[in-house]
Amino acid sequence: MSTCTIMGMPTVTTGITIMLSYGFVIDALAAGGIVAVVAGIVGFFLVMRGQTFAGHALSHVGFAGATGAVLIGVAPFWGLIALTLVAGLAMGLLGERVSGRDVAIGMVLSLALGLGLLFLHFYTAFAAQATSLLFGNVFSVDHSTVLTLGILGAFCLVALALMARPLLFATLQPDLAEAKGVSLRAVSLLFMAIVAIAVAEAAQIVGVLLVFTLMVGPAAAAQRLTTRLSHGIILTVILGLTETWAGIALAYQTDWPSSFWIAALSGLAYFASLGRARFSA
Amino acid sequence: MTAVSLDGVTLAIGGRRILSDVTFQIADGEFIGMLGPNGAGKTTLIRALLGLAPVAAGTIRVLGAPVQRGNPAVGYMPQLRSPIGDFRLSGRDFVVSAANGHRWGRLWPAKSDYRDAERALELVGATELADRPLIETSGGERQRLLLAQALLGQPKLLLLDEPLISLDPRRQHAVIDLVRRVQQELGIAVLFSAHELNPLLGTLDRVLYLGNGQAALGSVDEVITGPVLSRLYGAPIEVIRHNGRIFVMSDQYELERGEHLHDHGHAHGHDGHHHHA
Repeated sequence: MSTCTIMGMPTVTTGITIMLSYGFVIDALAAGGIVAVVAGIVGFFLVMRGQTFAGHALSHVGFAGATGAVLIGVAPFWGLIALTLVAGLAMGLLGERVSGRDVAIGMVLSLALGLGLLFLHFYTAFAAQATSLLFGNVFSVDHSTVLTLGILGAFCLVALALMARPLLFATLQPDLAEAKGVSLRAVSLLFMAIVAIAVAEAAQIVGVLLVFTLMVGPAAAAQRLTTRLSHGIILTVILGLTETWAGIALAYQTDWPSSFWIAALSGLAYFASLGRARFSA
Repeated sequence: MTAVSLDGVTLAIGGRRILSDVTFQIADGEFIGMLGPNGAGKTTLIRALLGLAPVAAGTIRVLGAPVQRGNPAVGYMPQLRSPIGDFRLSGRDFVVSAANGHRWGRLWPAKSDYRDAERALELVGATELADRPLIETSGGERQRLLLAQALLGQPKLLLLDEPLISLDPRRQHAVIDLVRRVQQELGIAVLFSAHELNPLLGTLDRVLYLGNGQAALGSVDEVITGPVLSRLYGAPIEVIRHNGRIFVMSDQYELERGEHLHDHGHAHGHDGHHHHA
């Protein structure tokens, strides 16, 4: 038994060293790390505002954008981000009136997926890439994508930091915030634009169908486990990074899809938080 | 100085007149109970005083100055809403979020914002309550936290929109007593809107009764009379006094109670559930 342990330790360390010697693994970990932080923090506010379904719908709209972009010879990422931004701003403009409209949002979501399918149909050679759009493939991320994700992610976080207090105020006490001079529409519009970019980023890692795993899972778990705002955000980042990096490592080890592992870990953390909350209550 | 003055004020929403040519003055340090049937314009008047509802005609002055949205001297307690999601956010962080929460370009509240929140929490006796998650507080406890938010920034005038809604009679009196104590301690004016007059009897200095586009401001004996209320309801009203309580009747039907129950059910439909302390 003891030799097993002594032998086992260096094997794991060596395994990690070998894994980290591959450039594509480093790129995957960097991209995953950036997106985990950005999507996690943006998702924290999305969950608090009760707009997670809107975030889910945005990613589906993005699918139509990505496949449409390929049809006209543009990189799918830019089509995706363009359409999520347009849809995000539209949702922000409609503001309160749309946030409770699950049916309307659901219809737009299905329509977008249908359109995306039609675009795929016209460009059959692209079918292989459909899976990676829908479910993501973090190991196909290259250097330049990491850079793009980093720049857009930094933009999101800076914008979010600048609007943090009015956003929180408008989220927790909209009537009072409005009376104190906060423009609820401006807050909603700006925030949905930030969400749109974060959704497009998350779709690069886990695909449009699994955006929830990075945007909602860590934040929802953290909000059940903490009572302090600052602790909640920090815990969201820790959970998001752990789930993403561990998911990538497990995918490398098992050769199963990385998005499966990230979704599984995200779900595990969320349901564990439910259990813990019930246990303590 | 007057806390609130309306001079020939008309308020309209979407072309519908809510108040027509209304004139009255609320003095500094007065506790005013604002009553009236549903749709009489209680919330609209509060929104107009906050600068959120347009004034169609006339002039409103608040604390001697024209209405200005975001006036730090005006505290506002909106109607209670159920928090969304299941974030176990503490009452303290909830209150602090409103301390200069309208300012852009800052990530966290300033030290002075935390101090202001502690001062307000202490005023309403919610220092310990504020450690608990907001979603686990009762309706009465949440009203105390909302009142603390309204007291941030040391206002001279408090506008309270239906703070008694969905509370049982015991909790209603606790809220009224708390508001009265804070009002007298700080020497500020309070406009307290409510559906029922009786819980406020003995606390309020004067009554502001809205109805039929008009308003009557005066002592309970001046305003709560058959002739005045008949004018405000646009129907014959009888006022019955019994055992220190006042019943406003129309055709043997007690008006305020009926309306209160109506609104209660309405709030249930909207929010799904309410807590009782």
